[in-house]
Formats: sequence, structure tokens, C-alpha cells
Amino acid sequence: MKNDYQQIDPKTLHMTASSHSPAQREARDEEEEERQPEKQRRKARRKWQVFPGRNRFFCDGRVIVARKSGVLPLTLGLILVTSGLFFVFDCPFLVQHLTMCVPVIGGVLFVFVLITLLQTTLSDPGILPRATPDEAADIEKQIDESGNGSHQSPPRTREVVINGQLVKLKYCPTCKMFRPPRTSHCRVCDNCVERFDHHCPWVGNCVGKRNYRFFYSFIVSLSFHTAFIFGCVTTHLALRAQGGKGLVFAIQESPGSAVELVVCFFSVWSIVGLSGFHTYLVASNRTTNEDIKGSWSGKSGGEPVTNPYSHRNACKNCCSILCGPMPPSLIDRRGFLPEDECVQTGAGDIELPALTTKNEINVCTQGTKDLLESAARSPLLASSCPQGKPQSVQTYSDNRLTVHPPPAQELSNMCPAPPQSSAPCQNKTHTSPPQQTKTQSSKRKKHAALHTLNSDIEAPAAPTSVDVDRHHHHHHHRHHHRSKMRAPRHTTTASNF
Amino acid sequence: MAETHSLQDMRQQATISSKVFIQRDYTRGTMCQFQTKLPAELEARIDKQQFEETVRTLNNLYAEAEKLGSQSFIEGCLACLTAYTVFLCMETHYEKVLKKIAKFIEEQNDKIYAPRGLLLTDPIKRGLRVIEVTIYEDPSLTR
Repeated sequence: MKNDYQQIDPKTLHMTASSHSPAQREARDEEEEERQPEKQRRKARRKWQVFPGRNRFFCDGRVIVARKSGVLPLTLGLILVTSGLFFVFDCPFLVQHLTMCVPVIGGVLFVFVLITLLQTTLSDPGILPRATPDEAADIEKQIDESGNGSHQSPPRTREVVINGQLVKLKYCPTCKMFRPPRTSHCRVCDNCVERFDHHCPWVGNCVGKRNYRFFYSFIVSLSFHTAFIFGCVTTHLALRAQGGKGLVFAIQESPGSAVELVVCFFSVWSIVGLSGFHTYLVASNRTTNEDIKGSWSGKSGGEPVTNPYSHRNACKNCCSILCGPMPPSLIDRRGFLPEDECVQTGAGDIELPALTTKNEINVCTQGTKDLLESAARSPLLASSCPQGKPQSVQTYSDNRLTVHPPPAQELSNMCPAPPQSSAPCQNKTHTSPPQQTKTQSSKRKKHAALHTLNSDIEAPAAPTSVDVDRHHHHHHHRHHHRSKMRAPRHTTTASNF
Repeated sequence: MAETHSLQDMRQQATISSKVFIQRDYTRGTMCQFQTKLPAELEARIDKQQFEETVRTLNNLYAEAEKLGSQSFIEGCLACLTAYTVFLCMETHYEKVLKKIAKFIEEQNDKIYAPRGLLLTDPIKRGLRVIEVTIYEDPSLTR
């Protein structure tokens, strides 16, 4: 019998529903405590296979991507096509008429752009692993105890004074912990991310503590790259059009250049603008999220609010963000699951995303279709379906009836009337816009609109609570967001790149 | 090692009475620091000074890992110039210090905490959120 378990994996003894896939049964069993001491002889599973967030893993956990890749293919396509056209159409001419340096510089910039883009997309942005069941229980206990006594701060917030500034820490119901300062829960990826900047659809990943420097390098190098191509193409066409031949003739001779010209012309403004914005953010040690919410501007209780994380020196801020020590990934993707404990990634949840069979070990694409299929069959999920709230079904005990957020959320989209307008922060759809407080400048909004198309960002530690006005602002900004999309070229052009 | 063997034995044989979590201390910002206050549940088991010393050393180690010194600056600049590809080959300063921390915790467990029926879990295994202290039922098992 033991050998059977080893080869076939599923332990049918404990399964209530018989129609599950073997891998799902395998996943369920992983969560059950100490039922099979023979587990040690089974093939050990890695932690990425039971990761609860909405991420995909490749190369056996070495590479992590957000499940929704956003418009990353478009970004890659534009960069590759434009650069390709540049090398094919413009370089030969310019090498002949100008200098050999042109393709060399172009090549270096192109490689730099690609590498930093891939690093931004494929690295862990600073995801915080979810609290273990014991931790979650401990925190709940503390909340209950303090809730009776304290009248000053609302339940599920903690106040802490950082460098003389009062900062509120919020409780994350999905991850079951109090979020550290500057951490925010990304709706798209369903993870808490440290130093959350924004979820970038162009890059198909969150931008957070670990990959902000890659992101910044990407947009800066892309600015140089587009500006360089734009300059070269203009020079090229100008040279061709010399001698009274005219621009039309030049374009006819080199049609690729026209395409490049158009793409670069529109991209340059937005990318350079974005780089400028992020340079400002880096120099003042703020995140896009904080900037949008106006966390560190304005007043609170009559006192001007200052950014407690800033080193008060632009150079030092830059150095600390871009050249500081690289923090490690906290989610330990490639670690093996402990044999004798509950998996640390969830509160005794059934990790439905881990639907990989042995064949798919190297390419763990946690297919939504599989999730839905298995979820649909499962009686447990059917019971959670009408509620439509991912967190409401989770309990802290080793109750097998708990449901994991991603499938529940998927289901809630399928269900006829998911109560997504209900109060708790996490239940908003990912199509809703992010801004929840009044923004100061339209320029910032534009840039924010580019990058927060798909996510609904939580307020991490704003000095003033935004819970009350959230709903109101949600609708307000949805209108605002839509009108921005029709706004002048500046915004829409960015969506081309 | 006999000590680690007894540690493993203890973990497998002794029953867990409860777990205490030492939370992060954010008063100095987002730096990884833990609260040094001894929780009430541990007062009976361990000396306050000893515990504070352990946590303080851990805090210093984490501060060293995150320090913006010249070494990390050079590492950062080099990485930037190479489009951060060096991170794929090289072990970062932070990771080196994390290894030091792991050794330190193991040593503390062996010498101080295991004899008292306690076990510290390396915070990196808990996403640097907490120091998990497991309290075992019967400390005399390890004697």
C-alpha cells in the first residue's frame, strides 16, 4: 500500500469527492497534518507549487510572474519591432553616412532595456508570505483583546510612530497579518507586496521593494532608447530628404522608419515623463501609491505630515533605493514543503492552485480553467460560492472546508450575484481603478492611470484613515479614470508602449 | 552533533505547549528590527536579560545586512552597470548576513533555548515578520 501511495500519489482514503484530479488530491493531502508518516518517501514538493497568490512559476520555481501578464506582450512586441526596424532600416544608412557608433549604442541600449524589462517582470517584487495559522490565531487573539479596551484606534489597525510621524498599520484579511509600513495588498496578484509602488500592466508584475530598481532602470533606459531611435530616424530621414527630394520620397525609400517615427514620437513623451516622475519619487523616497494617496503631503491634526522614510537628502534617497542592498525573496519558492507541519502558506486552506501533475512540474501554469473545473466539482466551493467573499470562508482551524481566495474569486466572477460591493477592502474587482483619495496634480494622475489600470490598491499606512470615503471615491475616480482615457494623446499614447 | 540530535529528538517527541510571536518593531522605519520586550509567556522560562540580548544581537545583524555602507553601494553600482545580471551569479551581502543569522540562531537554540524547552525559528522562514518561539511542554525531556 505504501508503494502505491508513492507512485500514484493520491490518498483516496480521505477524499470526500471522488472526481478530483490526482494532483488536487495530492495538494489536499499536503495540507493534512501527519496522516501519512510515509510522506517522507514521497517525492518532496516545493513551496511554489502551493503558493496561494496569483502567480505563475517557471523553471521549477526560479522564475515568478504575475498570472495576469497585462500588456506585457505588447510592450515586448513594440520594443522588439521598433528596435528591429531600426537595425534593419536605419542602421545601414547611418553607418554609411554617419558613424559606426550608431548601431553599437543602439545595441547596448536595446540589450539593457530588454534585460531590465525581463528582470522587472520575472522577479519577486517583494511578496510577503502569508501568516501561518499559528501567527494568524495569535494576532486574532491580540485584536480581540485590544478591541475591548481601546477606543482610540479602530479595530484591526495598529498605530506606530516612525521617526516622529504617526503611521497606521492595517490588518490584511487575506494574508492575516498586520501589514508592515509601506506594504500594500495587490488585488491583481493577491499578495501583500513590500514597499508597494504599483501594479504595472505594461510589465505584467507588481513593482515593489525588490524590483523597483529594475523598473526604474527599465524606464530610464527605455527613455534613452526611444529618444535615441527617434533622433536617429529623424536624422536618417532628413539626410535622405536632402537635395530637394522631400520627406515623402525618404519615407518611401525607408518605410520602416515611418513606423518607428510614429511609435517613438508618441512613446518618448510618456516614457520620459514617467521617468521624470519616478526620478522625483526616488529622490523624495516615496512610492507611487503614497504619492497618489497624498500620504505625505497635507496636514493631519493641524501638523504638517512629513515622509518618515526619507533621508532628507536626495542623493542619499537615490542611493538607498537604487544602490542599496538587495533584499532577499521572502517567499522561498524552491524550498521543500515541510513533512511534519502544515504548509505555511495558508490558514489550513486547500491549496487548489497547485493542480500540477508530475508532467507539469517544470512549467507550473496554474491554469484558471483547471481551477474552475475542479472548483465547480467541489462541494466545498459550492457552499462558499453564494457568499462570494474569499476571506469569509477561511477559518484558522485545520478545517478542510476552507477555500482559498483565488478559486473563490474566480468563482465569484462566475456566480450570478457576487456581493462585490460589500465593505471589506479586498473584495473589489480588479477592473476597478485604484485611486481612493483625492489626488493633487493631473500629471500624477495620468502616470498613475497608466500603471494602475488593473489593480485596486490598498492604502498601506496613510496617516488618515481612508476607509470611510473609500466607496465614494471609488465611484468618483472611476468616472475620472474613464475620462482620462479619452484625454489627449499624452495619456493614450502611453498605452501604445 | 549530539546537541542538534537532542534538538531534533525534542522537536519530534515533545509536545508543543504554545507558540509566542515576537513582532516587528517599526519605530525606526521599515528596517527589519524585532521588539526586545520579553513576552509574558516566556517569563517563567528564560531570563529577561538573556532574551533581550538575543533579540538585540539579531537586530544588529539585520541592521548590518541592510546597512547603506560603501560595500553595498559599490555592489549596487556594479549591479546597475551590468543591468543587474550580477545578482544571478553573485551572492549578495544580505544573503551572506542571513547565513550568519541562521548560524547564530542555531547556536542560541543549542546553548540557551533548547535546555529550557524553547525553540527559536529563524525569522526568514516566517517572511521576516516574526520571531516564532515554540514552547515545549516538558523541558526535562532534553536533560
